[in-house]
Amino acid sequence: MSATGDSVYNLGGGDIAASRVPVARLAECFADAHPLLSRDEAAIEAARCYFCYDAPCIAACPTSIDIPGFIRAIATDNLAGAGRKILEANILGGACARVCPTEILCEGACVRTAQQHKPVEIGALQRVATDAAMARAAASGQHPFTRAPSTGKRVAILGAGPAGLACAHELAKQGHAVAIFDAKPKPGGLNEYGIAAYKMADDFAAREVAFIISIGGIKIIPNQALGRELDLGTLRRDYDAVCLAIGQSGVKALAIPGEELQGVMDAVRFIENLRQSSDKSDVPVGRHVVVIGGGNTAIDAAVQAKRLGAEQVSLVYRRGREDMPATAVEQDWALVNGVDFRHWAAPVALEGQGAVQRIRFARTKLEDGRLVLGEDGYILRADMVLKAVGQSLEISEDEALPAIRAGRIVVNEDLQTSLPGVFAGGDCIPGQDLTVQAVADGKRAAQSINAYMKGELNG
Amino acid sequence: MADLRIDFAGIKAPNPFWLASAPPTDKAYNVERAFKAGWGGVVWKTLGEDPPVVNVSSRYGAIGYNGQRLMGMNNIELITDRPLHLNLDEIRTVKRNWPDRAVVVSLMVPCEEESWKRILPLVEATGADGIELNFGCPHGMSERGMGAAVGQVPDYVQMVTRWCKHYSRMPVIVKLTPNITDILKPAEAARRGGADAVSLINTITSITGVDLDNMVPEPAVDGLGTHGGYCGPAVKPIALRMVGEIARSLKGLPISGIGGISGWRDAAEFLALGAGSVQVCTAAMHYGFRIVEDMISGLSNWMDEKGYACIDDVTGRAVKNFVHWNDLNLAWKTIASIDPTACIGCGLCHIACEDTAHQAIKLQETGEKRIYEVIDDECVGCNLCSHVCPVSGCITMVPQATATHLTWKQHPNNPMRVAEPAQ
Repeated sequence: MSATGDSVYNLGGGDIAASRVPVARLAECFADAHPLLSRDEAAIEAARCYFCYDAPCIAACPTSIDIPGFIRAIATDNLAGAGRKILEANILGGACARVCPTEILCEGACVRTAQQHKPVEIGALQRVATDAAMARAAASGQHPFTRAPSTGKRVAILGAGPAGLACAHELAKQGHAVAIFDAKPKPGGLNEYGIAAYKMADDFAAREVAFIISIGGIKIIPNQALGRELDLGTLRRDYDAVCLAIGQSGVKALAIPGEELQGVMDAVRFIENLRQSSDKSDVPVGRHVVVIGGGNTAIDAAVQAKRLGAEQVSLVYRRGREDMPATAVEQDWALVNGVDFRHWAAPVALEGQGAVQRIRFARTKLEDGRLVLGEDGYILRADMVLKAVGQSLEISEDEALPAIRAGRIVVNEDLQTSLPGVFAGGDCIPGQDLTVQAVADGKRAAQSINAYMKGELNG
Repeated sequence: MADLRIDFAGIKAPNPFWLASAPPTDKAYNVERAFKAGWGGVVWKTLGEDPPVVNVSSRYGAIGYNGQRLMGMNNIELITDRPLHLNLDEIRTVKRNWPDRAVVVSLMVPCEEESWKRILPLVEATGADGIELNFGCPHGMSERGMGAAVGQVPDYVQMVTRWCKHYSRMPVIVKLTPNITDILKPAEAARRGGADAVSLINTITSITGVDLDNMVPEPAVDGLGTHGGYCGPAVKPIALRMVGEIARSLKGLPISGIGGISGWRDAAEFLALGAGSVQVCTAAMHYGFRIVEDMISGLSNWMDEKGYACIDDVTGRAVKNFVHWNDLNLAWKTIASIDPTACIGCGLCHIACEDTAHQAIKLQETGEKRIYEVIDDECVGCNLCSHVCPVSGCITMVPQATATHLTWKQHPNNPMRVAEPAQ
């Protein structure tokens, strides 16, 4: 038995162990779940695109990528043109190709979905173009875009996740100097720490960051958190503008008895340990794992627990299947991976001697539209309980911070906060918590910051 | 069950599907396989005089379209490169083994009477059902004064045809080249020469593409390319027109239709425009001989459905409706109609009409589902939208009630009009 950090695991009770599966099998389990299309696969798939006019897929993409345009370029073997079209709209097009829930975005809107229930595989095609673009940039040392002459303006961005990186890239392109501060040791945000390993395999997250900042003018300073090493007042004084792209790094508690027991942990931390492990052989997992929650984090934790060798993984959600925030495709993925779904139950107590041994659930139901706990319930055996009931904005309260409402930073349509010169985007503001939305926010914030620094922003 | 048997210019076959003179019919092995698969006949790959020609390595170029292979193919292969006696022996054996199938022998020898006089009895002695004169091959042989070089000179066509009729009792089919301005000229010459039938089209002079890395036309032979003969689905419309043109002008001359025939429907179209048999090559080279199964069953089922008892019932049925533009009714009108329940919202009809036609399709709703509508007053009934629409049956062209019939010949705008418009 090995542990990656006693502070996380404090093993001692339940059956939790690493290396339940041989290393070779682990390598298969955590390799790219959807590998790069071959040239022929891409050609066949690209030929399925109708090149719609005013295409619904573009409207469904938060970053408005010219999807028919880049697919046509793939079809004509103009990969450079395809990559440029994507990256012009979305510099994290490579990450989005891998992690976007395309079934509810571009592919959901694809007219082929209406015609034959089988959309063009836009995400997979996007990866063909962006992988080629990144490989070309790495080989030539040339970024596809060039910076405008230096403006002498300086912008501080907090958070090196998708929103922060997109914002930084756009600002750097305009000739501004950007400093990105990140609380973690590595940049990339959720791409580095929070995406299931098989969705974004190998060191893609790090390579993408390197690709983005290779435009120049961007400096990343790690281990710098707001309220810890940084305070907003100083940043506002030292920089011409500030962008908050701090995401939701806090995790919500279950708020039930026994939450302190060993073996009970946040799914986010579990995934983070997985992401940072090179061969996954040092990541402990319970024999019986219970995941609480119904979003993508819950799915990612449950599937990865199963792939690490957990014997039984139950995912328990307090409402029905159709209410789960995870998309149908994500749910199906968990089902084929052997995750046991249980709906309409909520945890009421974690029980065990020192370490968690079982978890007690009450059945739930809707009464007058409100979710209530019923009288009866059941008990599941658990050596490990992974909590995935949501994340929250994590900023200390003594900062001179912008206005916050319902756990999100309040912004106007220019993504300007209540503080002059302070902008925000990504998961820390209201809206869909998606990588592609974060990229869209980051880019829009950059446009607003650019206008603000020129004195052209109203309000 | 429809009767698919044919008697084409005296050549009998159990069905109208023949393999064209080409690599698939170069030797007994292939032809036997074709007959086992069900082909009604073959035109044996062109025989010439010994010594045999020499073929190059790298013989085919091809183009695909939107992920589909072999929309069009060209070849730079010449006639058979096997000794004459070997082919003749095999033809004799195959014909003996398959007496019910049509075995026609394609021929190409120099444009000299002696050459034809020499080879014809040898072919006749095999028991072959007929000969096809290769006056179409556009590459290699034409540069030696044969193939298309003969086919492009109507007088030569007539002369050689006459020699063949003189020195042989076999039915003579003259295969025509499309690489000519007026297809009627060589067809008329063939008839004057006594041809029993014509077959068309042979391949079209072409370059399928250029290797942009090496700057060589394809197919490349050791770094160089040459023009070849183009065939495959892409040439069908060109062939159909030429077949129709001969059918309406040279009534009674049997036509074997060739050019991009890939399935029973293509075959039926050639029959409708006047063909009495059809010849296939590229589709067989793409998918193998088994494609004939669907050709036979598809044609038979369609004929049953339409009440056509035999091939003669179909042959030429559309010829009377193939007219000159001047005979079209200018007063007739159709208007596009979009079925909103079938529409998938791709917008292709709109942008095609907006950018390149008559601005007659507008986006009416942009909500959850896009709704495109035709502006009847602007629509000229060009069909473009119905062709770009990827959903079958979504856009239909609806004929409008028209009281008048008015051709260009009668139209007031025509200074040469022949009569007042009919009221």
